[in-house]
Amino acid sequence: MLEFPEWLVIPLADWIEAIMDWVQATLGGLFEVIGDMVLSGLYGTLSLALDIKFFYWRIPAAGWAFVILALVVLLVVAAAFITWRKTHKVKLTAVLAVVLGIIVYSALFGLLGIEYFLLWLPWWLVVIAVGYAAWRTIHKWWAALFSAAGILIIGTFRFGSIGYWDLSMETLAIIITSVLISLGAGIPVGIFMARSDRAESVLRPILDGMQTMPSFVYLIPVMMLFSLGKVPAVFATIIYSMPPVIRLTNTGIRQVSQSVIEAAQAFGSNARQTLLEVQLPLAIPSIIVGINQTTMMALAMVVIASMVGAGGLGLEVLLAIGRIEVGRGFQAGLSVVILAIIIDRITGAMAASQQQNIKKYD
Amino acid sequence: MLEDTASPDGGVCIEIEGLWKIFGPNAEQVLNSELRTATRAEIQEKTGCVVAVRDVSFKVKQSEMFVVMGLSGSGKSTLIRCMLRLIEPTAGKIIINGEDICTYDEKQLMAFRRKTMSMIFQHFGLFPHRNVIDNVAYGLKTRGVDKEERYARAQQVIEKVGLKGWEEYYPETLSGGMQQRVGIARALANDPQILLMDEPFSGLDPLIRRQMQDELIDLQEELKKTILFVTHDLDEALKLGSYIAIMKDGEIIQSGIPEEVVTSPEGDYVRRFVQDASPAKVISAGSIMTEPDVIIYDWQGPKAALHLLKTSKSDHGFLVTRGRKYLGMLTEKRLAESLKDNGKNIREALEPDIATSTSDILLEDLFGLAVASKYPIPVIDEDGKLIGEIENDTIIGSMVQYKEAEGGDLETEKAPGKETETNA
Repeated sequence: MLEFPEWLVIPLADWIEAIMDWVQATLGGLFEVIGDMVLSGLYGTLSLALDIKFFYWRIPAAGWAFVILALVVLLVVAAAFITWRKTHKVKLTAVLAVVLGIIVYSALFGLLGIEYFLLWLPWWLVVIAVGYAAWRTIHKWWAALFSAAGILIIGTFRFGSIGYWDLSMETLAIIITSVLISLGAGIPVGIFMARSDRAESVLRPILDGMQTMPSFVYLIPVMMLFSLGKVPAVFATIIYSMPPVIRLTNTGIRQVSQSVIEAAQAFGSNARQTLLEVQLPLAIPSIIVGINQTTMMALAMVVIASMVGAGGLGLEVLLAIGRIEVGRGFQAGLSVVILAIIIDRITGAMAASQQQNIKKYD
Repeated sequence: MLEDTASPDGGVCIEIEGLWKIFGPNAEQVLNSELRTATRAEIQEKTGCVVAVRDVSFKVKQSEMFVVMGLSGSGKSTLIRCMLRLIEPTAGKIIINGEDICTYDEKQLMAFRRKTMSMIFQHFGLFPHRNVIDNVAYGLKTRGVDKEERYARAQQVIEKVGLKGWEEYYPETLSGGMQQRVGIARALANDPQILLMDEPFSGLDPLIRRQMQDELIDLQEELKKTILFVTHDLDEALKLGSYIAIMKDGEIIQSGIPEEVVTSPEGDYVRRFVQDASPAKVISAGSIMTEPDVIIYDWQGPKAALHLLKTSKSDHGFLVTRGRKYLGMLTEKRLAESLKDNGKNIREALEPDIATSTSDILLEDLFGLAVASKYPIPVIDEDGKLIGEIENDTIIGSMVQYKEAEGGDLETEKAPGKETETNA
């Protein structure tokens, strides 16, 4: 009577194993393609397909790359042009072009493309760019100085033959990829959640679960589906970092005052117009806080994900643990901290300025 | 007055028939059961449903300012929201320009909201992320009007409500009164046939409120929209309404022209309501004026006039033309002085600085005129014809008489030309 009865068993672990086995057996191919897309992007996947004679007529991969690149440039230019014609706002047009460019480029060339691009950039340009971004968002010269100096300091670290500049860029590439995908999926889910009470009641406990689950647990299924490497790391990071942006998009939209929505409806806005013209613009400060939190969660996860082969700064920490190298571990850890502070301050300042904007005319 | 612009039989713009709104589950069951006639509290106790609007029917004529008045919880806000179907009515018809809007599908409803009817809200309901001109142009934007035309039309109404120069400001930076001007401009930008106003001035300071009311009256004079105005303020209702309906517990318990509601309230509720209302705000000059005692025609000489005055009991007379057009006031004193100076022309003997009134001027505005001179106030019509006079004693007397007659059986003479209509 004192011990828990042995016959009372729920074999949850076995069930989940069985489900995962089934998923792997039937959908393994699909996940392979998805993983491939994340890693090398549309262009990479396409050129791979060309190499294995997928198409009857073989156009050299370089030719395809050229065509795709031309289309991307055209798309971004067109979007910028339309924005300019409609609003005549230089800053908005520039920001839109840059954001759209990053998104399209990431989709095209994937994680490897971003990593390659970051490593291709001259180090001093990155330092200047980080300083400039800090200055534009935080509006303090010392913040700009500290951010630029922080990145510079990471670059000065090395261990043996390994330079930490390359490692931090590798880590940054995984963060950018994960965050882009998290936002791309998370914001629409958040909107959906805000528009349906039933969806909210179903999603809320799931999001709670996703955030409370020990993050190591996510490494197991993604490793099963995508084996070792950067792709499982990206997926584990996505799962772990998506909840905040979903939550805050939902809250942001739900917080929009009922009287404003009623006014929008009274003037004949349909559901789409109410969302795009009123609810989303007023939810932007909240969404940006979500972006900030999601980015920070991604940074935390990317270190843990080194256990499945993410590489970068996390791997240095992992190796230092294995070999009990205090200096190496501390050096890598400090690099992560610096990266975290810079990213947090910049996105945090963006959120604060948006909040102030809305407060100014709320 | 307003009735003149509407054709005598047609011209009905809004027609509400047996409108019900019951909040809560099984609302329709309440309607179809014997509970239909139960009181509000009974229904709430038995079914958990709240009756917000109960069997309301009324008609609003084209270009009329129809005021629905009631305290909070009387269902007036629900009623006005039903008009746009922001709240779906449980039963009844809302016929606008001959079409029942309750039968509209989504697309028709959107078109209706964009073109026919616009609403002005108590808490303004402005979009905090848009500046004044974008707020005003919002209705046009939902219609898909292109930017240039949108801004041109928004600019026009912004100037009309007196906000020129504030186009680029955000609502938060404006005062309450100015924010409501933006609200009014936003509604007018659509050029709707009907305006719904949900306690638009309740959130404003008393001084600003009065100013906005006056401006609304001026604006209405110019635009002649059909307006359904909701308020909890009786003074506001009396000031603005050409027709008033009083709501209690979701029902309209009395309706009529303002003077009628104040002078002959039906039932205790309305009586208690109107007892604080100043009669000065509703009783018009036309309803208290008397026949002029002495009328002197302009072909009569000064001597004849003096004789006429002396033989009458009165110390004053009104000089008129053959067509009874008012020329001025003659008094014994001035006539005698004029004769002493060998004045031949009777017009030179007129009393100076005598202000006139028209029959629709309200009692509160007559006080000023009464104080200004010791002689009675002549009342003239639009063509300048003399139609009556008001003795200073009559003005005070009518106030006293009204207070005495609070029992409700006061017979006040209706202003000429103002027919009483029974709409509801």
